[in-house]
Amino acid sequence: MVIVKAPVKEVIELENQIYILKLFAPQIASEIKPGEFLNVKVSDFCFPLLRRPFSVCDVEKDLVYIMFNIFGEGTKILSKKKEGEIVDILGPLGKGFNLKGDYDTAVIVAGGLGVAPFPYFLKELDKDKEVLSFIGGRTKKDIITYKMKNVLISTDDGSRGMKGNVVQLLEKNLNKLTGRKVKVFACGPNAMLRSLKEFCLSHNLDCEVSTECAMACGFGICQGCPIESTKDPSKYMLVCKDGPVFNIKDVVL
Amino acid sequence: MKKPDLSVKVGKLKFRNPILLASGTVGYGNEMAEFIDLNSIGGIVTKSLSLKPRKGNPPQRIVETAAGMLNAIGLQNVGVEEFIKNKIPFLKKFNVPLICNIAASTYEEYVECTKILTKEDTITAFEINVSCPNVKEGGLQFGNDVKAVGKITAGVKAVTDKPVIIKLSPNVSYISEFAKVVKEEGGDAVSAINTLVGTAFNIITRKPKIKNINGGLSGPAIKPIALAKVLEISRKVDIPIIGIGGIMNWQDVIEFMIAGASAVQLGTVNFIDPNAATVILKGLEDFCIKQGIEKLSGVTASYII
Repeated sequence: MVIVKAPVKEVIELENQIYILKLFAPQIASEIKPGEFLNVKVSDFCFPLLRRPFSVCDVEKDLVYIMFNIFGEGTKILSKKKEGEIVDILGPLGKGFNLKGDYDTAVIVAGGLGVAPFPYFLKELDKDKEVLSFIGGRTKKDIITYKMKNVLISTDDGSRGMKGNVVQLLEKNLNKLTGRKVKVFACGPNAMLRSLKEFCLSHNLDCEVSTECAMACGFGICQGCPIESTKDPSKYMLVCKDGPVFNIKDVVL
Repeated sequence: MKKPDLSVKVGKLKFRNPILLASGTVGYGNEMAEFIDLNSIGGIVTKSLSLKPRKGNPPQRIVETAAGMLNAIGLQNVGVEEFIKNKIPFLKKFNVPLICNIAASTYEEYVECTKILTKEDTITAFEINVSCPNVKEGGLQFGNDVKAVGKITAGVKAVTDKPVIIKLSPNVSYISEFAKVVKEEGGDAVSAINTLVGTAFNIITRKPKIKNINGGLSGPAIKPIALAKVLEISRKVDIPIIGIGGIMNWQDVIEFMIAGASAVQLGTVNFIDPNAATVILKGLEDFCIKQGIEKLSGVTASYII
């Protein structure tokens, strides 16, 4: 966990106002693991005041990538960064995905920008493991397939891929999973994660989810990002420190 | 010029410099120790403790506002017993004054917490939070009631020999009346200010952005209010003041000291720059050298009005 002043290498717009910001941060690049995140200060001034948390999207040598859309003032500023500008980043933060384990197929389930952590995930995944990616969004504009493998798509309005949500897409393709040792890795809106939890429990699938919550610090002192634990309802866990990746059985979504 | 003397006194308390880290923005020290040398700062104020652990409020607890943030954590904490067993041993390793913040729901709980914690040698002083805006019982009601603040001050003082600082609410008409009663009941100092009650709405769902509806506003947005409250106390009551409210840099620290603060606490800035205290200390030292100030403590209440 370090704070570094990282020079911008490049900002690219993928499509539909989805951006990738590449930052030169050798120490973070060498330490960060898939599913961990960075807390990014977008401005030197008091507005926006707080850092913005982003999953690490990819790592290439000394560069770390984050993926975002323009959601508010902070992301608008980030989208306009030019090569050589300095961005203050804090990381690596949180606990990421556990890529090890007894499975032969990694099933990725991502809703909208929930794709963000998976390019790096795929890079770090053992090469002998197979990958199936289920990607969903409201419309075709929300579908991001950047660096993803073996992609199946669904949209709520049917404008691309199957009409329906991504969990329904997974259900429809259940036959593709038969005979395999599967582990599910997911990231997306809470509603998606909730229905995915039901799906995984009913089909007895091991699943890790990357969760999201408004937070200030990103390293456990503000206590702003509680998440309910199934093991001990008497206290909250923190998304930033205990997560953001949890086993789906351990959290109330 | 020789190194300026940054040490300050807050009543009986002596700090190596005026920079303390505010309650709720430093946890119990362990996370912050990864970023700053705790031995270099004036002191740390622990996350509010209650007698029993508190789960805190459900999410969403935090929302950013213009130059500030609202929080409604709801005093989530490990409770006194767990604090003594598992948090004090870590804090013991440092040579930094430890101010233990207590937030309770009843008068009896304030007294009971203090009675137990005062036995711990590692604790230098107490800061009594009578002004948390985010819990239903206690908190704000105490902070708005001069008599209750007086009673709690007297009750806590009766069970400890350690200095007692009362953290005051800004959500009152005249904060100096509260500082006055603290002094009358034997309190050693006041911290001013706690957060201001605020809210924010999502314009699509028309629901408050914070689950608790209201939260406490902090950050640079509240600095002018905090300065005015510190000045009011300084002009009306002879009691040491620890200034808090939106400090982001060393200039802000000097401003609080001019307005009457003997020391200050950094709060929200710790979330953004956990090493802010280090940067600020360097700035204060440079300022003293440039201005020919030998003792920083001389800046306290040096306003010319």
